[in-house]
Order: sequence, then C-alpha cells, then structure tokens
Amino acid sequence: MIAAPVVELVNVTRSFPGPPEVQALKSINLRVDRGDYLSIVGPSGSGKSTMLNLLGLLDRPSVGEYHLDGTSTSLLDEKQRAIVRGGTIGFVFQAFHLLPHRTVLDNVLLATLYSGVPRAEREDRARAALDRVGLNHRLDFLPGTLSGGERQRVAVARAVVASPELLLADEPTGNLDEATGNEVMDLFEELHADGLTLIVITHDQAVSDRAERRVRITDGRLSELS
Amino acid sequence: MRFFGKRMPQPTVQATPASDADSIVPVIARANRFSVQDLLVEASYGVGARPSRLVMTTLGTVLGIASLVVTIGFAQTAAGQISNQFDAVSATQIMIEPASTRNSSGTEQATGRLPWDAPSRVDRLAGVEQAGLVADVDVAGQRITSVPVNDPSAAQTLSPNLIATSPGLLAAVRGEVVTGRYFDAGHDERADRVAVLGARAAETLGINRVDSQPSIFIGEVPYTVIGIIDGVERRTNLLDAVVVPLNTARTDFGLSAPAELHVQIDVGAGKLVARQAPIALDPNAPENFKVQAPAAASSLQDNIQADINIVFLTLGILALLAGGLGIANVTLLSVMERVGEIGLRRALGATKRDIARQFIVESAVIGLLGGLIGSALGVFAVVVVSLLQGWTPILDPIVAIGAALVGTLVGLAAGAYPAVRASNIEPITALRGGT
Repeated sequence: MIAAPVVELVNVTRSFPGPPEVQALKSINLRVDRGDYLSIVGPSGSGKSTMLNLLGLLDRPSVGEYHLDGTSTSLLDEKQRAIVRGGTIGFVFQAFHLLPHRTVLDNVLLATLYSGVPRAEREDRARAALDRVGLNHRLDFLPGTLSGGERQRVAVARAVVASPELLLADEPTGNLDEATGNEVMDLFEELHADGLTLIVITHDQAVSDRAERRVRITDGRLSELS
Repeated sequence: MRFFGKRMPQPTVQATPASDADSIVPVIARANRFSVQDLLVEASYGVGARPSRLVMTTLGTVLGIASLVVTIGFAQTAAGQISNQFDAVSATQIMIEPASTRNSSGTEQATGRLPWDAPSRVDRLAGVEQAGLVADVDVAGQRITSVPVNDPSAAQTLSPNLIATSPGLLAAVRGEVVTGRYFDAGHDERADRVAVLGARAAETLGINRVDSQPSIFIGEVPYTVIGIIDGVERRTNLLDAVVVPLNTARTDFGLSAPAELHVQIDVGAGKLVARQAPIALDPNAPENFKVQAPAAASSLQDNIQADINIVFLTLGILALLAGGLGIANVTLLSVMERVGEIGLRRALGATKRDIARQFIVESAVIGLLGGLIGSALGVFAVVVVSLLQGWTPILDPIVAIGAALVGTLVGLAAGAYPAVRASNIEPITALRGGT
C-alpha cells in the first residue's frame, strides 16, 4: 500500500484579478511524499511566494486541488486552516521572526500555543526541540544576544516543536553567511534523516543543490530538475 | 513578488465531500487550545515590551480618568460640605422679623410689628414644633450686676445685655437649661421679676448655682435668677445675656414690640411654614414680615453639583477622548511595528480572531492600567485638597472602581480599529517583509 503523499498539488493555478489579470502559478502539479527533501528554486517574481502561501495554507488556489496529507484542503474554513497550519506545517523564515522581548524558550513555546500541543507537554517539548538543535544552554537568552546561526536554529526548534508533517523553509540561509548557512542546512538534513518532510524554497543554487529532489519555478511554471 | 502588496481576492473553491476535509483537522481539546490564559500572557508581554512607551500611552487615560474622579469627588465632597452647612438645625429653623423699609431720610424703619401672641398664632400651623419671641431690651444705661454695691475701686466691667423672650423661645432655638429652670407662661403673665442667665453671662456675674435663689440687679431692681442656659443653636448672644420674660420687660423697661420670632419646624416644612406664618401673624398684611426659611437644600445642592459636574466632566471626557486616541494611535503604531510577529503567529496557527483578540486585550490592559492609575491619582487629589481645605473628603467607592472600568472600556474601544488592521495583515507579506 502506498501512503498518501504529504503534499499533492493537482492542476493548481493561482491568479490575481487585474487588470491585467496575473497568473502567478499556472497549472502546477506537484507531489511530495513523506520523507521527501525537495527544494524549489527560482528567481524573484517567479511565483515562489505564491507557492509558499499555497503550501502553507495561507492562501487558496484559484483553480485546482491541494491535498495535504491525503485530504483536500479546499473545503476547510479559515479557522480550520489555521488549526491545520499550526498542527501540520512548520515554518522557517529568512528573517527568523523571533520575538525580541521573549526568551529563546518562550519563542519556541509560542508555536505550541496555537497548535494544540497538550498544555502539560509544552515546556518539555520546547526544551527537547531546543536540545535537538543544540541550544539547550541558551534557554533564557533573548534573541538579540544570539548569533544569526543560533537564531535560525531557535526558529527551526520552533518550527518542529509541534511535530509537523511538513517543514516549509523560506530562504532559510538568506540572512546567514555561508558557514552558518551550511550549519543550518546540516541541521535540516539531520531532521530530514529523522523522517521529516522538508521543502526548501530558495533562490540560492548551492542551497538548492543539497536537496534530494529539485524543482525550478519559472514564470509560474514548475519543472523538475535532473 | 509584486502580487503581495494587494489584498488576496476570494479564491474559487471546488467542492469535495466535507467528511474528507474533516479528517485532516485535528480535534484539539479545549484545554490545549489558545486559551484566555494564553491570551492574557501574550497580551501582557505585548504591553510590557516597551515600558517608556506604555507610560506615554497611558498618560492620556490617566489624566482623563483622574479628572473624572476628581470632578465627581469634589462634587460629592462639596455636596457634603453644603449639607454640613445646611445641617439639621438650619433645615428646621425659621426666623421671622418685621419687614423694614428705608424712609426718605435713609433710616431703616420697620413696616410691621410682631404681635405679642405670635407664638400661639404660629403654633397652630402644621409643621411648627416650637415658637418663641425674642427682643433686645434697652436698659437705658442701667448696669446689670450681681451685687448692688457701687464700688468705685471695682474695675468697670461690661454689663451683659438684657434680652426678653417668650417662654417657648428656649425650645425654639434648641437651648438647654444647665441648672434651675426657664421661666414659664405664669412668670410671663404675672411679669415676675425673674431672670435666666446665659452661661457666659452667669460666669461674668459670678453665679453658678441657683438653688440659693441668687439675685441680680438691673439698676437698683433685684431679679431672682431661676436658671442658667447653654447650648443654643440660634441667637447665640443669649449666652452673653440676662433673659427675662417679655411681659416683665414690657412692664419694667417699656419694651414696645418683639424683634424676632424663632420657629422650630419639622424637616421639609420650611416652605409651607414660611408662606403661612406671615398670614397667621397678620392676615391683613402678611407682606409686613420678613421670613428667613431654609432654602430647599436638595435643589441647592443639585445646582452646585450640576455646575461643577458640567465644567469638569466635559474636561474629563475630552481628556479621556484624547487618551483613547492616544491608545489607538500607539496600538496602531505597535501593529505596524509588529507585522512580523503577527505574520509569524498566523503561520503558527493563530486565526485572525486570535490576532484581533490579542491586540484588543493589549489596548484594554493599557486602558485598565491608565484607569487604575488615574483613579488612584484622582482619589489622592480629592483627599489632599480636602485635607488642605479642611473638608471631609467624600467619594463613592463605586466611582473609583467604575473609573478604572471606564478606562478599560476606552482601551477596548481604542483597540478595535488597530485590532482589525492587525487581523487583516497578510501573513506571508509580513513574514517576507523583514523585521
């Protein structure tokens, strides 16, 4: 028996009404299986952001179907989408987006607030996630005192604390130098080795090349690379 | 990237069986959802993140609430002062005297004359408890002494005044007999030579007990002292005077007419008695009497309270409006600064409602803080000013608590628009925008 794919886009088109009407994504088909490591590469304006929006349940396709974990998402209302987003998808962003006035631990705990992690487990899981990214000695630090690499690792801990099905990384190394960027990518690969499904959206060829499977998005159209 | 400045249009939705969609939505136990507790914790971090800004933000509300509390506090305190002045005595006391006109040569001249039987005339009116006449008696330079000795070496002392009253006067002015008794209708009728001493006059004359029937002398004529009085609430010069019955004064000193009629009335009967008494005294010429009746104290208080309230309440409300605008402004600013955080929370699973609630609660907490501080300052100001003025500070505790709640309401109202703005922020736009 074949397990349902984590992500399946069927003929997805996303258009923004004009004038002129713009088709940001054109009839895209994409299948990401459990445990896949996919990179989506493309220049600015190619539709990567729209792709991220759709995959992250932050937007809906104009045409087509998005099956997440084998279930159609088109019938979910806004509240259900928020719950699914919190429970199934983890995000890592280029700009980290850590709350500056909260400790590292609090920042990770933030992801447990909305995703329905049982209250009693929250702190243990947050500590475990920070342990996983090697930051258990920084629990009470404020993000401002951390290095860029450390901050992104906090963000990764936050993304995985709710045990998502899918980790969406949007330019995860964009604000990091090459060495720390590689460290973060190593961390992603470790998580992937543990079975996490990973989609990295980037314009950086080097980052993209590390993925097992690569797709390129150009002008709203998707093409498999090699 | 250029698509993200716009609002997302409502995408078309293709129908699939609903049961299919439900399976992916995890059922989250109520206890594990984003609870009120979580909301309050998150909001408190938002409020506390920038203490200096918080101070500036609350300032408007603090001023508004403080001025409201001060206004109401002073109104209540002033009302208390007024009712102190219009105490039970003044509210139940009427004084009637003959009206006077100024004649062509500029001297005051009485136009009417109180009848000798005035007390019995007004006694019959509803609401009258006690009535008594009083008149100052001219002793034509005769000295009032306790010893009829002309001692050239004795120091010249000011002799007490002589006042004549009807028997009921003492009760009408709420005096009390310290020792002995007050003269009665019998003494008055017979024009007995008896006298009652005011407490201070008794001291001056060296008389402190009456069981030995001491005498005083007005000129050469002895009068038997039968009592000493004290504690009168009106005509307090009685305490410095020698008091004799009216008829005695008429007989011995040719007193021509009583000067004042004091009436003790029931509470609230002031207006009625003030209208009826002159008619009872002289049905043909009631206009010849001047009546001093208690003002309708409640309406007076209302007037004063209304004056104070309108001016200061307006100021307070204006300050409060400014405070509310301040909160709205700063909350809006904070929304703009925290688009990244908002996007992040949305990405982490917060609904639009969660975001809106967080900002609403943040501004409500700011409002509550402003309300509490303002209320405390207002109470403090009322107490301090009352202390300096020697007033009794009066402030309904409900006002203090209510003012803090009003602050919360202002915060709630002020937070509404920023909260809507916050909830409509597009997550990915916010997340990719940096910060």
